[in-house]
Amino acid sequence: MRRNIVDSSSVVGKQIKKDEEDIQMSDLQQNINLPAGSIEKQTTTLNMGPTHPATHGVFQNIIELDGEKIVAADATVGYIHRAFEKIAERRPLYQITPLTDRLNYCSAPLNNMGWHLTCEKLLGVKTPRRVDYLRVIVMELARIADHLICSSIMGVDAGAYTGFLYVMQYRELIYEIYEEVCGSRLTTNIGRIGGFERDFNNTAFEKIEKFLNEYPAVLEEFENLFTRNRIFMDRCMGVGAISAERALNYGFTGPNLRAAGVDYDVRVVAPYSRYEEFDFDIPVGSTGDCYDRFQVRNGEMWQSLRIIKQAMQKLNDLKGEEATIYHADVPEYYLPEKKDVYTKMEALIWHFKIIMGEIDMPKGEVYHGIEAGNGELGYYFISDGGRSPYRLHFRRPCFIYYQAYEELVKGGMLSDAIMVMSSLNLIAGEMDA
Amino acid sequence: MTTELIQQKLTEKFGDQVSDFEMQYDILNFHADKEINLKVLNFLKEDEELAFNFLTDLCGVHYPDQKGKELAVVYHLHNIRENIRLRFKVFTDIAKPDVYTATGIFSAANWMERETFDFYGINFIGHPNLIRILNVDEMDYFPMRKEYPLEDQSRTDKDDEMFGRGGMLGFGTEKTMHGTIAEDEKAQ
Repeated sequence: MRRNIVDSSSVVGKQIKKDEEDIQMSDLQQNINLPAGSIEKQTTTLNMGPTHPATHGVFQNIIELDGEKIVAADATVGYIHRAFEKIAERRPLYQITPLTDRLNYCSAPLNNMGWHLTCEKLLGVKTPRRVDYLRVIVMELARIADHLICSSIMGVDAGAYTGFLYVMQYRELIYEIYEEVCGSRLTTNIGRIGGFERDFNNTAFEKIEKFLNEYPAVLEEFENLFTRNRIFMDRCMGVGAISAERALNYGFTGPNLRAAGVDYDVRVVAPYSRYEEFDFDIPVGSTGDCYDRFQVRNGEMWQSLRIIKQAMQKLNDLKGEEATIYHADVPEYYLPEKKDVYTKMEALIWHFKIIMGEIDMPKGEVYHGIEAGNGELGYYFISDGGRSPYRLHFRRPCFIYYQAYEELVKGGMLSDAIMVMSSLNLIAGEMDA
Repeated sequence: MTTELIQQKLTEKFGDQVSDFEMQYDILNFHADKEINLKVLNFLKEDEELAFNFLTDLCGVHYPDQKGKELAVVYHLHNIRENIRLRFKVFTDIAKPDVYTATGIFSAANWMERETFDFYGINFIGHPNLIRILNVDEMDYFPMRKEYPLEDQSRTDKDDEMFGRGGMLGFGTEKTMHGTIAEDEKAQ
C-alpha cells in the first residue's frame, strides 16, 4: 500500500535524474510541498456536489475512495434551506400552501393535498365525494409525474438518455392538466381547504382522458427499453440493496421501503380522500436494490393509471347536486369566489374575515401523513388557537431516508453511488425544507 | 390493541414517570420524563404486543412560558402492522437542554436529532455526530426558538435593494445612482 508515494515522487524523480544524476531522492521530496498527511493517506477524497450533474439538486456527497471502491461516504445537505417551518409560524393556513409546493417540486400537488388534508383534520372539515375523487385524480397524476421523472433519470444516470426525453413529453401533458385546473405548472398551489378554488373545466377532463389513452403505450415502451436491458440490469441489480429490517429502522417509506419488501402504503393502511373505495395493488420488491426500486415505481405508475380511470368512472356516476360540487361548505375557511365577494354581502364578510385573520383555529395537535411521491409526507401541526400554526413540522421522507446513503453505497463502486442516488428519488427542495 | 391497553401497559411499567395521557384527534399523546425517553422508546418497540417499530418523526418545540420545561422533543411512533400511531413528548430545561439520543434504537433518529439540535439547540447526549445540518456551521443561535421573531415586513431601516424590495418607501422614492427618482427630477 505504498502506491501513492511511488506515483508522486518516482515519476518526477526519473525526469530530473536524466539531467542531473547527483540529485538525491531525499532532496527532491523536500522541494515538493505536499499538504501534511497526504503521503500517509491511502484513500482519495472525492466531492460529488454541491452542483454535480448527477446529484440533480444542490447537495454534496463526500466520498472516500480506495481506487474505485467506496470505503466511506458522508452527505452534506442544507444548501437550499429556506426556513419554511419558521415562516409558517406567522402565516395563515392558506398562505402556507405555496410553501409546501416547494418541498418536493416534482409532485407539488401531492404536498398541497397533504397540507389541505391536515388542515381539514384539525378544523373538522368534511369534504364531499366529488372533491375527494378530483383530489385522487390530481394526486395520482402527480405521482405519475414524480415517478416517471425518477425512473427516467435513473436511465439517464446509467447512460440511456432516450427514455427520459420520451416520457418528458407526457409529464408535459400532466403539467397541462394542472394548468387547466389551477393555472400554474410546477409550483401549483392547487386546491383550497375544503376543496378546489374552481371546478375542473371540460378541457381538463379531455386532457385527462387523452393522457389516460396515450400514456399506457408510452409507459410500456419505456419499460421495454429498460427492464430487460442487459446494461441497465447490470448497473442496477444488487446495487444499493437494503434489507426490510434496516429500511424500517432507517425510516424508509414509499417506493424505497416497498422495494425492500414491506407492503406499507399510507393509501391502504390509513386511507384518506376515499382511497378505500379504489381497487389497486401495491407493487412490492424483494431485495431493496436499485432495480427493485425502479420496478416498484413503474408498477405504481400502472396502478395510478388504474386509480385515475376508476376515479373518472366514479365522477361520471355521481348524480344531481353531487355531480357539480367542488368544495365543502365551510365559509369560515374557504375563500369565496371573487364575483361573489363583489356582489354578495355574506361572501364579502367571509372574505374579509379570512383575509384579516379574524377566524381562530381550534386548539390541538394533529399529525397527518399521506403517500407522497417518495414516501410518507407528514405534517405535524400544533395549533394554539391563533391564525397561524404555533409549530409546523414537515416529515420530509427523503430527508429521513437519505441518512442510509452511506450504508447503501459502502463497498460499492463509484458508479454505483450515482445509481443509488438517483434510485432513491432525492429532491433537494424537500430535504432542505 | 386499544389506547387503554397502551396506557395501561405504560403506566404499569413506568408508574408516574409517564403522564398526561390524552387523545388528540386520532393519536394518543403522553408526556414522559426526559431521563426515561430511551426506556420508553425501547419498551414500545420491543414489547410483543405494542410493537411500535417505526419512528415516523422526531422534532423539537419551544414553549417559552413553561418555566423549567421550555423545550420539548416530540416522538411520533407508528405500529405499521396495526396502523396505530403514538406521540410522546419529553420536556427539558432550556438552560441545560440535555436529552439522551435515540440513534441506538432507530437509525432514522440521527439526522432528525441533528435537525432538532440545529433549530432548538437540544443537546442529544451520546449522538455520534451532533453538528448542524441545515444551517451554516458558523451560526451561533438556534433560529426556531420563539425569541427570534420573523422580520417585521414593514420595517424601513434596512437596505433591501439587493432582495427585490428596492428600499422603496413610495412612488418616486426608488433609488437611483444619485438618490431617488424624485430628487433626480428636481435636479433637472
